Amino acid sequence: MGTGKGPVIPNFGHGDACVTGDHTFCWSWVRQHWGDTLGPALWQHVELTAIAVGIGFAIAFPLALFAHRFRRLEQPLGALSALVYTIPSLALFQLLVPLTGLTLTTVEIALVGYTLVMLFPNIVAGLRSAPDEVLEAARGMGLTRLQVLTRVELPLAVPAIIGGLRIAVVSTVAIATIAGIEVTTKGLGFAIFDALRAPTPFKTEIYSAGALAVALAIAADLLLVGVRRAVVPWSRSGR
Amino acid sequence: MSQAAEIVFDHVTKRYAGRDAAAVDDLSLEIPAGTFCVLVGPSGGGKTTALKLVNRLIPFDSGEIRIDGQDIRRLPLTELRRGIGYVIQQIGLFPHMTVGENVATVPRLLRWPKARTRERTVELLELVGLEAADAGRYPAQLSGGQRQRVGLARALAGDPPLLLMDEPFGALDPITRHRLQTELRRLHREVGKTVIFVTHDIDEAIQMGDRIAILREGGVLAQYDTPDAILARPADDFVAAFIGGDRALRRLALKTLAEVPLAPGEAGERVAPETTVRNAVSLLLELKTDSLTVADGDRVLGTFRLRDASALL
Repeated sequence: MGTGKGPVIPNFGHGDACVTGDHTFCWSWVRQHWGDTLGPALWQHVELTAIAVGIGFAIAFPLALFAHRFRRLEQPLGALSALVYTIPSLALFQLLVPLTGLTLTTVEIALVGYTLVMLFPNIVAGLRSAPDEVLEAARGMGLTRLQVLTRVELPLAVPAIIGGLRIAVVSTVAIATIAGIEVTTKGLGFAIFDALRAPTPFKTEIYSAGALAVALAIAADLLLVGVRRAVVPWSRSGR
Repeated sequence: MSQAAEIVFDHVTKRYAGRDAAAVDDLSLEIPAGTFCVLVGPSGGGKTTALKLVNRLIPFDSGEIRIDGQDIRRLPLTELRRGIGYVIQQIGLFPHMTVGENVATVPRLLRWPKARTRERTVELLELVGLEAADAGRYPAQLSGGQRQRVGLARALAGDPPLLLMDEPFGALDPITRHRLQTELRRLHREVGKTVIFVTHDIDEAIQMGDRIAILREGGVLAQYDTPDAILARPADDFVAAFIGGDRALRRLALKTLAEVPLAPGEAGERVAPETTVRNAVSLLLELKTDSLTVADGDRVLGTFRLRDASALL
């Protein structure tokens, strides 16, 4: 049983007629439990996602630089990063529990694994996106290899890197809800499954937590689109 | 480095791995400082390869290339390249940098003071026919001709004594190409740098070059001389075929009426002294007459007669 606020159905024991009758959607419950249930769950979800994408980027970025510099490594590294993705998320969480227990570490290991497959190829593709003639001109003018990377290849990779971050953030928001089923009590996923586990699934909590997950994904995506607009003024096309 | 550099190819050979024929075969070429030298020839002639040997984008197997007497392989690679302007057909502007930032690339690498770099950028944009206000635009906002002007300004920014140009106008429409050709000639007279210019277009070579090096397949030098001398005395059948059948007319196109002896007096239509002899001959044929009056405004310089033309060859 979840957070144990109500005797029969978690989180909604003391509600009005809408809540006790489990109508389709009760604003009164959302208002009443924003502070103790939905708000914290949303914030935890943001944390789960930010940590996963942050660590994922910190791993994928140097790997991508490595694969860019040593082209032979790209395929094996790409295959490795894709490996995790082939495992269904429910199964992966299950596989990790015996190793790392019902902890946040388990959740983050799995989430980071999924971000790698989205970030690594995008960063590599971004680094490769500098046109040949641009690289030739850069070398011909006497830029060193490091200068070509920092002044030409990396700036030109930014749109693809942000593209990778968008996919990674949106899918991590989604996958993190699944972690709420069995591994963690944090995030919007737990709120959904807690309501599902009640004797009568409580619709308002399921819908509101689900809607928050969708809203979070959209907001994060729009934020990254905005970042892209701000840091890539040179591209004529919008995306 | 000096304002213009002398370039010497000394028995230079380049072979690509896995190919029997050399790309550049025992090439020896002396390009005096300040010369506009055009490398021309059919594809497979190794002209682009020869050009890229100079800034070591392509390594060569044997021989030596010297800039002002110095073996280019003894210079640090980045130092060598920062002292050579490089312009390519696809231009290769940095799309994420403004026009001003593109032009300032080499001055920044050379760590010029900011004020000097800014001044130089504005000066160069004006030199290549752009405006100071264009410095804030991105390459994607420019036309093809404007982009190549930026490419040229970027190549000149570090004030290099040598400019390498690889078919710089090959992708432009004929009108823009002609305008840029004319401006590059003017620019060359103004800045006096040594230029090595690659093209497959013999007309462009004749129009642009102080000297032309014609390379044949396998990277062998067929002839190296002034445009007039090559048109007058092609070294062999290959060169004769390459430059085409209207050699006499092409030679006449190299001279203007101001540069040829004229008969005294006044007869026929008036033309300006900047008219090329070729165009004058064409006009005479068109008018079905045999003499033109050469006049600079109201001042009559003399008469050009059809029968004088052959004496110029």
